[in-house]
Amino acid sequence: MTPTLIFLGLLMATVVWWLVRQSVNVKPWVASAPSGAHQGVGQLATIKVGLGVFLAVATSLFALFVSAYAIRMELSDWRPLPEPNLLWVNTGILFVGSVGLQWAWRAASREQLRGVKQGLVVGGVCAIAFVIGQLIAWRQLNAAGYFITSNPANAFFYLLTSLHAVHLFGGLVAWFKTITRAWAGSEISSVRLGVELCAVYWHFLLVVWLILFGLLLST
Amino acid sequence: MAQVAHDASAQVGPLEVEDVELYHPKTFIGKYIWSQDAKVIAIQYAITAIAIGLVALVLSVIMRLQLGFPNTFSLIDPSNYLQFVTMHGMIMVIYLLTALFLGGFGNYLIPLMCGARDMVFPYVNMISYWVYLAAVLLLVASFFVPGGPTGAGWTLYPPQAISPGTPGIDGGIILMLVSLALFIVGFTMGGLNYVVTVLQARTRGMTLMRLPLTVWGIFMATVLALLAFPALLVSAIMMLLDRLLGTSFFMPAMISMGEQTAYDGGSPVLFQHLFWFFGHPEVYIVALPAFGIVSDLLSTHARKNIFGYRMMVWAIVAIGALSFIVWAHHMYVSGMNPYFGFFFATTTLIIAVPTAIKVYNWVLTLWRGNIRLNVPMLFAIGFVFTFINGGLTGLFLGNVTVDLPLSDTYFVVAHFHMVMAVSPILVVFGAIYHWYPKITGKMLDDGLGKVHFWITFLGTYAIYYPMHYLGFEGLPRRYYAYGETAFMSESAQDLNAAITIAAIIVAFAQLVFLYNLIRSLTKGKDAGHNPWEATTLEWQTTHTPPRHGNFDELPSVYRWAYDYSVPGAEHDFIPQNVPSEELVAARSEHQEA
Ligand code: HEM
Ligand SMILES: [Cu+2]
Repeated sequence: MTPTLIFLGLLMATVVWWLVRQSVNVKPWVASAPSGAHQGVGQLATIKVGLGVFLAVATSLFALFVSAYAIRMELSDWRPLPEPNLLWVNTGILFVGSVGLQWAWRAASREQLRGVKQGLVVGGVCAIAFVIGQLIAWRQLNAAGYFITSNPANAFFYLLTSLHAVHLFGGLVAWFKTITRAWAGSEISSVRLGVELCAVYWHFLLVVWLILFGLLLST
Repeated sequence: MAQVAHDASAQVGPLEVEDVELYHPKTFIGKYIWSQDAKVIAIQYAITAIAIGLVALVLSVIMRLQLGFPNTFSLIDPSNYLQFVTMHGMIMVIYLLTALFLGGFGNYLIPLMCGARDMVFPYVNMISYWVYLAAVLLLVASFFVPGGPTGAGWTLYPPQAISPGTPGIDGGIILMLVSLALFIVGFTMGGLNYVVTVLQARTRGMTLMRLPLTVWGIFMATVLALLAFPALLVSAIMMLLDRLLGTSFFMPAMISMGEQTAYDGGSPVLFQHLFWFFGHPEVYIVALPAFGIVSDLLSTHARKNIFGYRMMVWAIVAIGALSFIVWAHHMYVSGMNPYFGFFFATTTLIIAVPTAIKVYNWVLTLWRGNIRLNVPMLFAIGFVFTFINGGLTGLFLGNVTVDLPLSDTYFVVAHFHMVMAVSPILVVFGAIYHWYPKITGKMLDDGLGKVHFWITFLGTYAIYYPMHYLGFEGLPRRYYAYGETAFMSESAQDLNAAITIAAIIVAFAQLVFLYNLIRSLTKGKDAGHNPWEATTLEWQTTHTPPRHGNFDELPSVYRWAYDYSVPGAEHDFIPQNVPSEELVAARSEHQEA
């Protein structure tokens, strides 16, 4: 459970730090008129806070799978499987996708609709290409006789990659909404937030994939 | 999620959020069924949870009839018993208490108490309920599939959960796991709302340190649930794969019914780690909202400010954080390294410290209060008693050497029913009596409420006190019948019969409650806006029940939620949205007159 505990430890430390800042030197029983400033509220867009909380939940989920992996790996029947080289290509594609969305984000803050569209297309196409690449990697493994039931290492490989892909699909839904809005030619301000959220989510899934890939390679 | 990101709310502070467009229902269906109003969703959650909870109650009565009078009633056979234990436990913990506290009270109270018009992502919030309903229906469906529901125990331990011989390994266990997965997905959608609403949608002046403790409790419980439910999801997914595809995540090589199974090398203990990594925080997921609500009930009805508000907040946070590092106290009998046992016993005893602080503060809140012994207050005080009882036996079980002989006996059954079944349920009742007037505009009948309280409170003691003793004698849990044993005294069977009679009486007392709920809808006394003379914002709305959007004009908050019996004030309570100048003006008018 160590990976999960490390993650939760960091998260709880943040919560505690935030709470200390909110509560130290505050005398709750003293009445006062509300000041113009809103203590800690509303400085960030609500939807961004929502995404942040969701990412914490997703991180918890992945950390738990990694913990389970680490515990199950110690048992004697574990036979590591050879990762297909294709995974390196896929990783590259996912990286390009992230770059694309970062590009779109930058273009959005500079009010360049063209750049936004280009970046969005790159991000989405790369995500889809990545998933297809993963499917091909599955088929290669299957053809080589590494079935899901033949070893826990294989089972974890299929499980982790599909879990990651499912999260990408969720992202593609949001991406689709954003890109239709961009194509409908709406005001750039109405696309900006969506682009930003997609970019953050793509980066998150890239980091998760790098960690999972590292784990698969090193064991 | 994207389409609820109103651009108006994107960059501005909460004061301006005011003119965010609320979704406007036009038809009956849009208003009451397919509704995005958190208050309607809350009621949908509550009704569904109570309905499925009644199923669990009936199951427990049937089990008790079997245990109390083993040869008289032949309602169920041994497999049914296992199935009923499992469904009873799972329904009560997850589909009733978790859903009711977070989906029910969370949805109703968070926006109102924070001074918000609604949850921040109303559409996602609505979907949350429908996914929950689907999870409940799948669970109910498992009663009707061939082989019936699973009988694996609510802990669903492998290998037995998916091995031949356990009831419900065909469809039951699969439906259970899928239903749990759905529940978690649905809860996550709701949970995002609860957390982000508290963080982002508080009205002007509602600083964190002015939030009522109810909101703090529900908030922290939601944080725990969001982080801990994934552990259950992980175990459910991996067990489903073991069951459906034949992987060996959890399943060891074994011979079942004379045949070697295809499984090999899996780790049942891995499942236990994952399950309890969720399972222990789950205890606090139902306890923290209860803590929060009870603090507000005690303070309101004792007409006194809560003792040690900041300490209470910090205790909630500390309990939440610590609850992630005690899980293995449920696994002392799994053959773990003694050093681990020592570590987990220590953390378990440490978590008792903030918990005890809360109990002291509740008692000190009551101390010299102007106590109004109405029904919500009775339930709140009943909670404090019961929680202390259950907490004390927890200290026993937290120690490895004491736990080893008591594990899997009725002592454990008694302990967890006291601490996580009866205590939160008492708070649920207290909270319903307290907020029903706001939700419906009518008071619940006081006399019937008192009857309900006394039978339930004394009855649960009649049920669970003797169980401690049975546990000491070694009566094992999850047994259909005990037969003749060398270690049980003869009177044990009489005690079991007495427990069953008490359980039946308590179960019938709940009918009084249901009758009261339904009758008061039409016959109850009009409640007015603020029948309890409470300070929090939900009592200050211009309409009762509050309309869609909650407030005519978003309130500004000037004080915390606990200004009761303030010296010199005209009334013995000052609502959170009353500025001090108004008080001074009111007082001088008073003196002139
Ligand atoms: C009148 C109320 C209740 C009665 C009479 C009752 C009775 C029982 C009985 C007879 C058992 C089986 C014991 C065994 O054979 O091992 C049981 C188990 C259990 N009950 Fe209750 N119960 C009640 C309320 C609750 C509530 C409100 C909760 C909510 C937390 C709850 C949670 C559980 C759990 C988790 C189990 C363990 C299931 C298992 O072993 O898998 N019970 N209860
Ligand atoms: Cu525990």
